[in-house]
Amino acid sequence: MKSHNDELIKKLNLIAVKIRKHVIEMLYKAKSGHPGGSLSAVDAIVTLYFNHMKHNAKKPDDPDRDRFILSKGHAVPTLYAVLAEYGYFDVKELKRLREINCMLQGHPECRHIPGIEASTGSLGHGLSFANGVALAGKLDKKEYNVYVMLGDGETDEGQIWEAASAASHYKLNNLTGLLDRNFLQIDGNTEDVLRLESVRERWSSFGWNVIEIDGHDIRQIIDALHEADERENQPTMIILSTVKGKGVSFMENNVDFHGVPPNELEYKLAIRELDTLQRKLEGI
Amino acid sequence: MSKVMENPRNAYGETLVELGKKYPDLVVLDADLSKSTKTIMFAKKYPDRFFEMGIAEANMISTAAGLASCGKISFASTFAVFATGRVYDQIRMDIAYSNANVKIFATHGGISVGKDGASHQMIEDIALMRVLPNMVVFAPSDATQTRRIVELMAAKYGPMYARVGRANAPLIYKKDDLKDIKIGKGIITKDGDDVSIIACGTMVDYALDTRKLLSNDGIKARVIDMHTIKPIDKKLVLKCAKETNAMLTAEEHSVIGGLGSAVSEILAEKGCSCKFRRMGIQDMFCESGEPKDLFTKYGLSADHIAKTVKELLK
Ligand SMILES: Cc1ncc(C[n+]2csc(CCOP(=O)(O)OP(=O)(O)O)c2C)c(N)n1
Ligand SMILES: [Mg+2]
Repeated sequence: MKSHNDELIKKLNLIAVKIRKHVIEMLYKAKSGHPGGSLSAVDAIVTLYFNHMKHNAKKPDDPDRDRFILSKGHAVPTLYAVLAEYGYFDVKELKRLREINCMLQGHPECRHIPGIEASTGSLGHGLSFANGVALAGKLDKKEYNVYVMLGDGETDEGQIWEAASAASHYKLNNLTGLLDRNFLQIDGNTEDVLRLESVRERWSSFGWNVIEIDGHDIRQIIDALHEADERENQPTMIILSTVKGKGVSFMENNVDFHGVPPNELEYKLAIRELDTLQRKLEGI
Repeated sequence: MSKVMENPRNAYGETLVELGKKYPDLVVLDADLSKSTKTIMFAKKYPDRFFEMGIAEANMISTAAGLASCGKISFASTFAVFATGRVYDQIRMDIAYSNANVKIFATHGGISVGKDGASHQMIEDIALMRVLPNMVVFAPSDATQTRRIVELMAAKYGPMYARVGRANAPLIYKKDDLKDIKIGKGIITKDGDDVSIIACGTMVDYALDTRKLLSNDGIKARVIDMHTIKPIDKKLVLKCAKETNAMLTAEEHSVIGGLGSAVSEILAEKGCSCKFRRMGIQDMFCESGEPKDLFTKYGLSADHIAKTVKELLK
């Protein structure tokens, strides 16, 4: 279990770089959007779609599919790029993010975009929505699992804790949360804005199984997802220790890149850094 | 002659139980008020398909949407004040914007809540729901109509909101009446050609009483039961504007944003110059008291409406 095939890890890491490049290009082109939280979420979302979840781009409405709900909807460039690369829609659509008369809305929209499960963007709803999907799965005796990604700042919202109670009350072991613990929100460090620690104790006291991992280490993400799926009687929260802006040096841990796209110079620098990273991974 | 009363909440609970049999995918959620909203009837019959969500309305609404995304027909119930204002953003995103198959059935709408006071007297819910794209809005007038509307809600896909009051309500229609009721089609409950009173919810019965009072003065009032406030029956409004000399709307709701607003929008855009008044709560919060006394004090009694009609026709 613990000894993953190096080729797989390399492949996933390479996809992650590709997704990061998409994100930078999309936001540069759109001249708006949220780089920081998109980049911190890449590795977990890539691992879910390219390695873990049961899903089929040709059958986005398959009733038996595993579901992923992006509660922190502002990170949707990452999800769009992953869906496009997986074949849910044409990669060309990515260039038209946030444009009028185009499919890809600034935040997730579930009615017209293949692969998007829930319309989000107003923070705090996604875990409740995921609970509903997980309850339906139990009711219908389906095997699917439900994954939902939350921002750490997002968990300031009271609704998250309503949902946290409900998920453990209903023993939703088919539900796994992924908490993007990058320690930043808009007004600064999460602990200065509204203290969240101890995050682990909060979730476990709400009745959740908690796993803490490095959210950029694909091996750890793979293992944690498997562990979560096997849990009985309890939902699992995977606390992903992450870096906001991960992969682009000047965006990393930089609160100013929460919701500001790269300018031309920044765009070129970012792509150059990611190209270098890609070559390194390829062993060139 | 005393009126036959039936509680619309009971009608809701009983209809849910019937629909539970017809639709295996129907699920019901409540937020610690199942005894009041009467969803408890469904909970007893179909415990697996009933979800007690506790006093956590936001979570209830988004969860209902999650269930609906998997093919369920979700009915979520609580008091009107908590079912709309408290969870507006959840309804907006997860139900209206997502065009989810969620039905919000609210009880304890309006001032007939009585003694609990203004905190619990929801007089803005219709306005809040009416502005949401994709949302259908109902205010059934009695228990029979409640049954039919709940059936319509389950049968047709899409976001819908319905509100009834807390109190027992006089039966306007017989139990098996209204078989041909349609979403967005108002009902001329009693005809007349001097004035049209367009009412919804509890106010339909008050409008019928008003009609009786007016007939003593030789004024023939038409009473329209506008159970669907959105989409509103525009044709019927314009027909009544043409056929009667004056028009009033009556609702147990603020005059801003509800039925009265919906009707005035139609009249104004058509350039109708008919005499017109909106009866409802005049942009204020009310207070604790017996429903009957509140209706009198806040201008919703049949006497008050009749007086307004006479002034209007002068
Ligand atoms: C209900 C709500 N309030 C405020 C916002 C504006 N907003 C967008 S992102 C954000 C900060 C989110 O921080 P976090 O959840 O930590 O996300 P990440 O760091 O992963 O970007 C805020 C306040 C929102 N989208 N929704
Ligand atoms: Mg954060």
